Amino acid sequence: MIDTTQFPALIVVIPLLSAFIVCMAGCFNRRLCQPLTVLALAGSCWASFATLGQVVKSGAIHYRLGGWAPPMGIEYVIDHLNGLVLVVITTVALLAAVFAKISVAEELPTRINLFYTLYLLLVTGLLGMTITGDAFNLYVLLEISALTTYALITIGQPRALHASFNYLMIGTIGASLYLLGVGHLYIMTGSLNIADLAVILPELYSSRAILVAFILIMVGIWAKMAFFPMHSWLPNAYTYAPNGTSCLIAPLMTKVSVYIMLRVMFSLFTPAYVYQYLSMANAIVWLAVIAIISGSLLALAQKDFKKMLTYLIIAEVGYMVGGAWLANEYGITGAILHILNDALMTLCLFLAAGAIIYKVGGQQLTDLKGIFHRMPVTMTAFMVGALSMIGVPPTAGFFSKWYLILGGIQAARWEFVTALLFSSLVNAVLFFRIIEIGYFETPEDKGVNEAPLSMLAPLLLVAVSLVVVGIYSGDIVSTIIQYAVPKGI
Amino acid sequence: MELLLAKYNYWIYALIMMIGLYGMLAKNNLIKKIIGMGIFQTGIIVFYVSTGAKRGGTIPIIEHGHGEEVHEVIKALDYVNPLPHVLMLTAIVVSVGTLGVALAIALRIYTEYNTLHEDEILERVND
Repeated sequence: MIDTTQFPALIVVIPLLSAFIVCMAGCFNRRLCQPLTVLALAGSCWASFATLGQVVKSGAIHYRLGGWAPPMGIEYVIDHLNGLVLVVITTVALLAAVFAKISVAEELPTRINLFYTLYLLLVTGLLGMTITGDAFNLYVLLEISALTTYALITIGQPRALHASFNYLMIGTIGASLYLLGVGHLYIMTGSLNIADLAVILPELYSSRAILVAFILIMVGIWAKMAFFPMHSWLPNAYTYAPNGTSCLIAPLMTKVSVYIMLRVMFSLFTPAYVYQYLSMANAIVWLAVIAIISGSLLALAQKDFKKMLTYLIIAEVGYMVGGAWLANEYGITGAILHILNDALMTLCLFLAAGAIIYKVGGQQLTDLKGIFHRMPVTMTAFMVGALSMIGVPPTAGFFSKWYLILGGIQAARWEFVTALLFSSLVNAVLFFRIIEIGYFETPEDKGVNEAPLSMLAPLLLVAVSLVVVGIYSGDIVSTIIQYAVPKGI
Repeated sequence: MELLLAKYNYWIYALIMMIGLYGMLAKNNLIKKIIGMGIFQTGIIVFYVSTGAKRGGTIPIIEHGHGEEVHEVIKALDYVNPLPHVLMLTAIVVSVGTLGVALAIALRIYTEYNTLHEDEILERVND
């Protein structure tokens, strides 16, 4: 038997050390970089699945780094919520790394080793943010993932430079506000450990400094996840990033930020404080409604289909934030399930977009003429992702949207329900427009010109998993997510 | 007035942060934005460091603490709190990293567009 007690550390340590190995190996032979990255992520993925299995079987795991006891030492805490998010991160990163091989070799032929080094460091940052039980440790890993993202966006075409600079400014403001909020918590409590803070804080809930801390942390995280009205940096940064980069950051960055928000709301603070003591929920659900509607409408206005997908991400962030602030079990279940589903369907759409851009060479909607004839397999997978985005059963997107709508009805937030239905409608229009261009308009050359296998394999796997996750979403909710939803809301 | 004087360190950090934020959001020149970012992050560092300080406190090193028996009672009140300072070491490293990436991007923008003024870059980008 393999000793599983060290798995929590291995999840993060494997990509971190591999980043250095990949960087070194790249100096000798660039062709080694991608296989090493895939190998490292496969190891991390395996460890995360094993850890989730252990959590499901025997409850939350507390792992002390270096054996130092909390609250002095830093501990890793894996419960049902972040166990699931860890699995999502490692799986998405693994599939995107398999996909990246050809796309990176074409787009960044001279920077292959740098790309994979940064890629692994970014995954390390995301995993560390998710797994850590320490509020300051989270800030450091947040910045690691942010810095590598700026570099991974800038590494490509010149058009990405200014977008990345804007992202850096907003991202730094967001992270700094988070740090400031943690500082307020530290002054009031003298602790940085999340579990320890959760014990001390309830006595201080009437303090204004704690209120300021909560608001600063929330605004900081919202800036990071591109929640309306701090979303303007996202579309350009994700559109002009290299395809290998956008396949990783588009599914993961916003979802991990949503996870951090849930962690702050339910583990650091209590639902009673967040929902009953603060009277913010109403305003935030309205912001989510505006995010969903404006994201969908702006997506409709785009001529560039990769940019169209980035605006959909903004709408999806609205889904999850709105669901979390509905303050009932359905809404929170929907938000957590949507972290999983949205990561998969965004990955599916971006992988398909990457394959199309690789083959067609352009990312305008007009470039898609006759694409169904030329790339039938890619487009089939793309349509599965699209149907999931619209919310058609039995794809995964339907089920999380169903929970979110149930939550909206239970909380009698009709504006949120309307926004969800409206966005589904707009998504349907968006993707049927692509069908119209891609299926009914005749291409110049009619021959089949399919993407290479290393692109198709991860794409098809994600497309299948969208249906499988959809069919088994009831089981996922009953074995994992129901334990992640806080009790007694 | 008493409120102003009693917690003057908080007023100073808030002022520094707001100056930095103004620079980041309102300036047109990318280097000025980066300078604003540096000031903004320094404000937070000042905030943390000032929370650990104590009037009349000394450096947190315990005399004869290592290996030998300690004969006197250690009063935590006599020492400044080292933890916020240590945290800020990390935050300084992070902010230097951010500064480096920002300057590298600004450099590439300059070689690409031959200007650092945001409106001129946007004009070129939107063409």
